[in-house]
Amino acid sequence: MKRPEPGSLREALAASPQAAGRLHGPAAETSFAALLAHSPLGGVRDALHGRAVAILTADQFTAALALIDLDGVARRLLLCPPDLDPAHWPALLDRAEIDAVVSDLPPEARPETGGRPVHAIGAIAPAASPPGPAFATEWVLLTSGTTGVPKMAVHDLAGLTGAIRPGPPGAPAPVWSTFYDIRRYGGLQIFLRGVLGGSLVLSDKDEPVADFLRRLGRHGVTHVSGTPSHWRRALMSPAVEAMRPAYVRLSGEIADQAVLDALRAAYPDASVGHAYASTEAGVGFEVTDGREGFPEDFVGRDGPVEMRVVDGALQIRSGRTARRYLGEDAPALTDERGFVDTGDMVALRDGRFHFVGRRGGIINVGGLKVHPEEVEAVINRHPRVRMSLVEGRRNPITGALVTATVVLHAGEAPADGVKAEILAACRTALPAHKVPAILRFADGLAVTQAGKLARGAAPAREVRHA
Amino acid sequence: MSVRLTVLGQMKQIAEEQQRSIAQLDDATALVESGLDSLCFAILVARLEAELGVDPFTMSEDILFPVTVGEFIALYERAAVDEAA
Repeated sequence: MKRPEPGSLREALAASPQAAGRLHGPAAETSFAALLAHSPLGGVRDALHGRAVAILTADQFTAALALIDLDGVARRLLLCPPDLDPAHWPALLDRAEIDAVVSDLPPEARPETGGRPVHAIGAIAPAASPPGPAFATEWVLLTSGTTGVPKMAVHDLAGLTGAIRPGPPGAPAPVWSTFYDIRRYGGLQIFLRGVLGGSLVLSDKDEPVADFLRRLGRHGVTHVSGTPSHWRRALMSPAVEAMRPAYVRLSGEIADQAVLDALRAAYPDASVGHAYASTEAGVGFEVTDGREGFPEDFVGRDGPVEMRVVDGALQIRSGRTARRYLGEDAPALTDERGFVDTGDMVALRDGRFHFVGRRGGIINVGGLKVHPEEVEAVINRHPRVRMSLVEGRRNPITGALVTATVVLHAGEAPADGVKAEILAACRTALPAHKVPAILRFADGLAVTQAGKLARGAAPAREVRHA
Repeated sequence: MSVRLTVLGQMKQIAEEQQRSIAQLDDATALVESGLDSLCFAILVARLEAELGVDPFTMSEDILFPVTVGEFIALYERAAVDEAA
């Protein structure tokens, strides 16, 4: 098996000048260096050499310990995100040919594993380095945002770390954090940045946003990532100024100009960048000029990441994409030329490509297509608007109509005037079928555990009117 | 407000929002001559469902699509009665 450089997280840590970095969970912490001579798995780790192992934990901290301990040891690691539907568990274990499970769950809370052994992840205890050469471990990530059994995308450490650059020489080591869970692609990128050259502060799904922001402030976090939905929630928090990051990163959803401008205003000393990445396509690129969308010349340029636009959809070929989907009868991840079809639709305006939405998320209004995200971007430009959700609503005349649910800034009551202004702005910027036919205000909008705006099922496309 | 006045009022308001000039509406006016396009009617049906609590187009499996303004109003008047019954 071909070994990437570095061969494993353990080798990278052993070679890192930043091994003084620390890993902070909400309730526990350790130095990365200590993990070189310790294991949370007791004597079990070496028995997992060459095996396919599922990491199923309640806690991100224990998941991080297991990842560092088992990368290069196990043949395959399946990362189970916290919102995984237990009903999919047996199918995923079978499809990934899992040999054993490591878990911090008490025995009575563990799911049925079909007779596979479950090993407890406990406190770290001294342990010798694992024997034998490091495996190029397969990292298996679950795709999000689909119904049914999630697809499993296979990555390796070389691809996962392909977009990570060392910091400038002499600069202090960054302290990273992310609103994401590290068992999702976006969070895993930040986990790896922390391990490979800094410190890392982990989030906790049960922790109120204000408490998390204050914790980030106490740890002196310098680099923070999240989805635009995560950031909008943070911007609504009274604790938004509890931290002073030098770098703010958005990914996972479309970063519109409104959220970029709001972050620049909240963190005037920070550089604000938005990255394009997905579980399948890996890290595509980062935009650092503070503007939504990305320059036209990113498409078709030479470099480690090649991009093209086919029928309006962004396609990516690079060494950072997933290697394949896992499982018998799994669909091909790339086309015959190695491009991943991201399903993200882009439109060229004024020398920049703008993301307009997901291919599958289109609302069909009497045969005319509407991307919810393009309407949300217009609504979000209104200074009183914090966030919005545009959906299709079934309609007997046109099949569907555009509706909007809008959250205004905290502490300001909805005013009829705001609604009229928003709709006027939509009528100026959008053709009639894209203007919300119904607009209502709400106190908040649901965000999934993956940090993305929760979008309901697409409306029925039934049309009765001939 | 009567169903008739609600329907006519919404027609005028939607026409205004969509910047369409609307014909003088009476019961004999054909819907296709009313000045409202299908998007306007889609919005009209959604707003009337919110206001009157009925959508006659989805209440019944086989409805005759109304041709005139009078038929359109009658459809909603019947649906409102059915709903109340």
